[in-house]
Amino acid sequence: MALFRADLHIHTVLSPCGDLSMSPSAIVDAALERNIQIIAITDHNSTLQAPLIKQIGEQRGLAVWMGAEVTTREEAHCVVLMPDETNLSQLQQYLEYHLIKVENNVDKFGYQLVVDHDENIVQEYPWLLITAINQSIDEIAKFVHDRGGVFIPAHVTRPMFSLVSQLGFIPPDLPADALELSKHTTYDEFVKGHGRHNKLPIVRSSDAHYIADIGSVFTNLELETTLFEEFKLALKAIDGRRIINQS
Amino acid sequence: MIVKEIVEKLNLTVHSGEAGLSREITGGYTSDLLSDVMGNCDAGKIWITLQTHKNVMAIASLKDIAAVILIKDLKPETDMAAQSETEEIPVLGTSLPAFELTGQLYELLK
Repeated sequence: MALFRADLHIHTVLSPCGDLSMSPSAIVDAALERNIQIIAITDHNSTLQAPLIKQIGEQRGLAVWMGAEVTTREEAHCVVLMPDETNLSQLQQYLEYHLIKVENNVDKFGYQLVVDHDENIVQEYPWLLITAINQSIDEIAKFVHDRGGVFIPAHVTRPMFSLVSQLGFIPPDLPADALELSKHTTYDEFVKGHGRHNKLPIVRSSDAHYIADIGSVFTNLELETTLFEEFKLALKAIDGRRIINQS
Repeated sequence: MIVKEIVEKLNLTVHSGEAGLSREITGGYTSDLLSDVMGNCDAGKIWITLQTHKNVMAIASLKDIAAVILIKDLKPETDMAAQSETEEIPVLGTSLPAFELTGQLYELLK
């Protein structure tokens, strides 16, 4: 078993609020520089940039898991990660079908770009990605779980777009695999406050929109390898795989 | 004024929690952020929202809210409706958006 540092919530140039410097190779460079061994690519309501980053990362010894940060109907942000490209592409179809279609206004919200290996623009995504999808938090969790994915409500105590801001408190029977804390809080603070009754595993992620954010907080995972299936074992603390929470 | 009178005057649908239709109403509150309602809505008010999650009922119960009105033909999720029955806090419905419904309710309660 080995210890891996994982930053499981990173945006790219595809997110309108993601900095234009968040290109696939720049993200991989920054993660490696900061001694992060696993990242997850989670753009707002889209998965389109993730497979390329996985490819680039894996050529260079960085594990890249793929998913999206989905905005539920309640407007709670949730990180979802899928086990492989087939299921990722099903998630993409689901997101595109249910996304509330508003044209992106580049001047107001920023560019939404899919780029290739050499940072050429392949697509400018037309629909604003920071709106919600018309599916409830429970429906999204079910969709993800039916396809072997992992469902992690993001920055759960933040005053915007979080479980706590949108739903008042963390629903006790929420079908989540873990809860994510942002860099604005700590594990200790959480378990004294909103997490008093929490029984779910906790991850901490950077929610990086800028290169400087990558790896600013991370989760320590004890795993056999960096395969996504190992993370699913760690979430359930099976066979010695585990999440190590730091205060 | 009681919830039942509001239902009749505004032509609302009763989705669930019929047992609570005789609750007294002291005012209204319109918000979709449950954290905001938890912090700022007083007991006895009628709450106008588009949120259909079960947590709506937990907060309605905690704050002793008289009833919830879902706008734009939204329906409570199954577990929200069940909780509304248990708590005896009615969940009502309208086809109107929040602005129009709030205006009509304000006229009735002012």
